[in-house]
Amino acid sequence: MPEARTISAEKPFSLKAFFLQWEWMLLTVFILIQIVNSQLSPYYLDAENLVYTTTTFLDKAFIVLPMVFVIIMGEIDISVGSTVALSAVLMGMSNKAGLPMSLAMCVCLLVGLACGMFNGLILTRFKELAPMIVTLSTMIIYRGIALILLEDRAVGKFPSWFKEFGYGYLGPIPYMLAIFAAFAVLFGLLLHKTSFGRQVYAIGSNRTASLFSGVPVDRIRFIVYALIGLMSGVTAIFLTAKMGSTRPNVAQGYELDVIAMTVLGGVSTAGGKGRMIGAVVSVFTVGYLRFGLGLRNVPAENLLIVIGVLLIVAVMLPNIRTMIEGRLAKAENRRRAR
Amino acid sequence: MSEHILELRNITKIFPGVKALDNVRFQLKKGEVHALMGENGAGKSTFIKIITGVHQPDGGDMLLDGKPVFFSSPNDAQAAGIAAIYQHVTCYPDLSVTENIFMGHERIGGFGRLKWNEMHAEAKTLLERLDATFSPKALMGSLSVAQQQIVEIAKAFSQNARIIIMDEPTAALTKRESEDLYRVTEQLRDEGVSIIFISHRFEDMYRVASRVTVFRDAQYIGSWNVKDISPKDMIIAMVGREITQLFPEKNHSAGKELFRVENLGKAGYFADISFTLREGEVLGFTGLVGAGRSELFQSIFGIMPYDRGRIFVEGREVSLRSPGQSMREGVAYLPEDRQKQGLVLTWSIGRNISLPSLKDYSRRGWIREKEEIRRSHSLSERLTVKAPSVHDPAGSLSGGNQQKVVMAKLLNTNARILILDEPTKGVDIGAKSAMYGIIDDLAKKGYGIILIASEMPEVLGMCDRIIVMKGGRMTAEFGRDDASQEAILEAAMANRPAG
Repeated sequence: MPEARTISAEKPFSLKAFFLQWEWMLLTVFILIQIVNSQLSPYYLDAENLVYTTTTFLDKAFIVLPMVFVIIMGEIDISVGSTVALSAVLMGMSNKAGLPMSLAMCVCLLVGLACGMFNGLILTRFKELAPMIVTLSTMIIYRGIALILLEDRAVGKFPSWFKEFGYGYLGPIPYMLAIFAAFAVLFGLLLHKTSFGRQVYAIGSNRTASLFSGVPVDRIRFIVYALIGLMSGVTAIFLTAKMGSTRPNVAQGYELDVIAMTVLGGVSTAGGKGRMIGAVVSVFTVGYLRFGLGLRNVPAENLLIVIGVLLIVAVMLPNIRTMIEGRLAKAENRRRAR
Repeated sequence: MSEHILELRNITKIFPGVKALDNVRFQLKKGEVHALMGENGAGKSTFIKIITGVHQPDGGDMLLDGKPVFFSSPNDAQAAGIAAIYQHVTCYPDLSVTENIFMGHERIGGFGRLKWNEMHAEAKTLLERLDATFSPKALMGSLSVAQQQIVEIAKAFSQNARIIIMDEPTAALTKRESEDLYRVTEQLRDEGVSIIFISHRFEDMYRVASRVTVFRDAQYIGSWNVKDISPKDMIIAMVGREITQLFPEKNHSAGKELFRVENLGKAGYFADISFTLREGEVLGFTGLVGAGRSELFQSIFGIMPYDRGRIFVEGREVSLRSPGQSMREGVAYLPEDRQKQGLVLTWSIGRNISLPSLKDYSRRGWIREKEEIRRSHSLSERLTVKAPSVHDPAGSLSGGNQQKVVMAKLLNTNARILILDEPTKGVDIGAKSAMYGIIDDLAKKGYGIILIASEMPEVLGMCDRIIVMKGGRMTAEFGRDDASQEAILEAAMANRPAG
């Protein structure tokens, strides 16, 4: 028996592994999109324009941040679009009923939080239920409540300072971008630097072992669902500010956009894998892609196809790589056998 | 015609970073049972995967009937008459025995119609040849593990296998079932099938094999006639040194009371459990499978709450309702299934070790990574975890080293009451000896240790006191001097609780 080697505390650095990270791939796509877009309009690459463009897509990106946590846990929340609608509707109604706008905004956040907590409560009380089914049900319920409350009417007439959230600037940067950046850093730190984030990864990687290691699995799941509800409320504020009014059918399909951006960001639906930076780059990649296709007057339906294709490629890429490596190894072996 | 049906020469297999096989050789005669022995990580599994075409060697030759062959896939090996029966039977539990036997090579008639009658009849003949009493129409899932293995053997037969590889087939079997398997193996041998029998158990080798080959650290050590080699020499061959004493000297001096359980019960699982554990004591819990030991201790650990009874830690009554709470109160549990319950296999060794005690590494929730690595590293060193770096994934380690990592997790929690559920299950003899050394060392340092164990030598060799359970109740308690294998077995199988 060889002498017991002493185990090293050093992290081996591999250049290959460093460059094989998904984020590089995503960044390449991002730059490609910028190049293609800049061919469309001479004004496109103008810094001011690039920054302004972010306000066209950043509203829903607030939900991507907590969605990264949900998907890393190996779960999913498809009720977020309906949560946005319900929070926005209740904000509008409470403002109309005479509540000052600042308090109405608190209502909006609280409604979002409550929706998320309700999902979390059901999922942690009845562990055998699948998140997909539970949030599918609440997706219908939340939207349904919004429809009962407001039917097909819209509420608006918000104070002008509120609309600033949609288009206002903090110096050279739109509020929306500044606040998103702050949240992105916050969520990134929470995921990668705290014991909470570490436990989220643990749950997604091996739930049973997490339980046996004393990870408070249900408490963490509950908090994550509450967080995504709260951030849906944040999205509701920005969306409403941007549009100037709100209706029960806003934010239709947001859940799919959000999940698509998250998965494209390298967050695996199998759980346990992915990083915040990937999801953030993905938000901007998809956002500018949409904007560019919009500039070319590509209809919205075709746009969905492009994003769908991108998503499939993103999900398949790791498999394709293993497949090619396997083929090469096999060919090499055949050659050797001869 | 060559004397050897299968011969491998100078086989080398390299995985990124590891040499899994280094110039090994192996000769299998026609119609013999040849045992392949070695510690976990010795290269047996890789070797088997090369013979069955799952992996391709990076060097060396394989000769079948004296002619060189190359298997680029498992199909090639199957076509050449080589079949493997794995440790964990891979089957379709919701399909019938016949369907399992013919999976992948069904008898097909005109228009793709399956010839059920023919297949059932053939399955019946095959099973009869193997002395099996169950029907070919039975559902696979309704059979015992031993019976499922018979089905796997029948499957190998139906493919006209000339070489059958059995990978630790007795690991999950009772003594009587193993006996049946030995008989079937001998029958196969007499019919001219050549068998490679992989096992950890010496009794398997002595009972059924005529020759034995030993691998160690990816290298070929030697081949012997089984009747010419003593167990002691086998250990030297496998481990590379003499394990003079598997169990450490028992001279623990029990100190003050650390842990007390009074009348603990959970409906349907266990009842009337009372015991005391002292500092520096190793308290054994033994019994047959299904005696309720794991359930009892998972309940004490807070995985599934008990409904009545009281628990005291150092004389203070505590309520243990979740694993986190138990660990804060000083009770840690090493689960039986280290891969599913003990480790996050994709994570680094370091992260696994810190998971239960993240609070200790964090300031207001922020993980101090330097401190984390420092402590994980020092614990890995203390328990001699063999790996290049603490950043390597836990899944890349051998069973014994994985178990050391789980042990390091427990030690990291500052718990002084350690419940170890089958800590040496499925690890090789070298790792066993190391684990016993660790347990002994901890007891000497004043930890209280509860050892859940099934293997008699381990129970008798390690424990200061032994409690026997059956049907969720305690049936007997022995001190270190009045315990004997017979008395323990009698209590484990007793019809009524003693006292």
